[in-house]
Amino acid sequence: MFRLRVLGQLLRASGAIRIAAVAASTFWLAGCGPVAGASVPGGDSAHGAKLIGHLGCGACHIIPGISQAEGLVGPPLDHFGRRMIIAGLLPNTPENLEAWLENPQAIVPGNAMPNMELKKDEARDIATYLYTLR
Amino acid sequence: MNAINRDTRRASRALAPLAFGILSLFALPARAAPPLTYMIGDGPKAYPVVSLTWGLLIISLIVITIMTVLVCLGAVHRRSPRGDLSIEAVPLLHGGAGLRWVGFGVVITGIVLFGSLIWTMAVLARVSNPPAGKSPLTIEITGQQWWWKARYLSADPSKVLTTADEFHIPVGQPVRVKLIGADVIHNFWVPALTGKMQAIPGKINETWLEASKPGRYRGQCTEYCGWQHAHMAFFVVADPPDVFQAWLTKQLEPAAPASAQDQHGQQLFQQHCGLCHTVRGTLAGGTVAPDLTHVMSRETLAAGTLPNTPGNLVGWVANPQSIKPGNNMPDLFLSGPDLTDITTYLRTLK
Repeated sequence: MFRLRVLGQLLRASGAIRIAAVAASTFWLAGCGPVAGASVPGGDSAHGAKLIGHLGCGACHIIPGISQAEGLVGPPLDHFGRRMIIAGLLPNTPENLEAWLENPQAIVPGNAMPNMELKKDEARDIATYLYTLR
Repeated sequence: MNAINRDTRRASRALAPLAFGILSLFALPARAAPPLTYMIGDGPKAYPVVSLTWGLLIISLIVITIMTVLVCLGAVHRRSPRGDLSIEAVPLLHGGAGLRWVGFGVVITGIVLFGSLIWTMAVLARVSNPPAGKSPLTIEITGQQWWWKARYLSADPSKVLTTADEFHIPVGQPVRVKLIGADVIHNFWVPALTGKMQAIPGKINETWLEASKPGRYRGQCTEYCGWQHAHMAFFVVADPPDVFQAWLTKQLEPAAPASAQDQHGQQLFQQHCGLCHTVRGTLAGGTVAPDLTHVMSRETLAAGTLPNTPGNLVGWVANPQSIKPGNNMPDLFLSGPDLTDITTYLRTLK
């Protein structure tokens, strides 16, 4: 308790220290946060968003940032970048997400999500967009 | 008659760039003309109407300009020299020349209005019937909540095609359209090709249309007909005549037999969907909903509501009531595997 008070006084005393402290805590939070999809190398999130609109993902999912994506068939995809499990089965990593998007029927046969015959880079761009939903 | 037609067409072509110019002023960010604009026509029925629309618009603008200038002049102009307020300055006491101008105005306005009337009646007479001589294709189109059913009529019953929401026509040939309302009053409108005509229950209304170049023309129900009135679009697709014939022949064929892995999907479709929908060549023979024999040849689902993509197809079949609330297709509460099998089967209906 005493230490905290000293720390507070120090922070108030020096702007430079305050900035350093904020920077350190941000770093610390980033390090301990969910690892899911921190980044997808080479992905184009704007193109991914466009693809999501064209493919009609919004007929089944609620997807923030996509017009008319208000579907109530599958799970909502808000905060997707912070979700832990995809398809109730796989850890939410870029590799798993891309594999799921490319061929969901191969991973969970008979699930409601159709195989949309996406190319590898299309799946990557869509994954990139979904990981911007923090 | 032909010469007049040619003149009108030439005039419309000359007006088209002007139309684009003025339209682009209103919609600067948009690159193409809006899909439902009626200021640009693409067929012999639309050309005279579009010319008339522009003509009357320009006359109105000229009249407004002249009136504004005259009113402003009247407000600014003084009859008497500044400071002279004597009653003798009022001109009515000296002959009343002002009344003559009222007479001029009435005569000029009368001539312009009468000219517009004659022009309008001539245009209405010209577009009321398809050009004589050709034996046109006839399509019977039924508007219903909230989609459009089309029957391509033929003397040979095996050549009568039933389809929905996307009507192909041959370029350069007039097409007769018989309109029926199945439940409430709807209104058939393809702005680039033909004006509005109501589809009324218990009555057959006739109209016609013709496209002068290939294209995909959007149409829309324009009579409020219930909750999903706004989701009651359709498309007229104008193809070159040989492409149209190929399309018609293909559409008349029954669906190809389902492959071994699609058998289960076909059975499920017949069981869950077949009492409302038809897929020719299978046991699904319902007639209250769109014919799905070649559903994958259409670019949209649910009367222009969704682009026809695998994602939208699954979303639509799984939950039509959230996408188009109140429409006649029920939520079926299908399991994941059944939904996948049915939609995988539907995707084979090319």
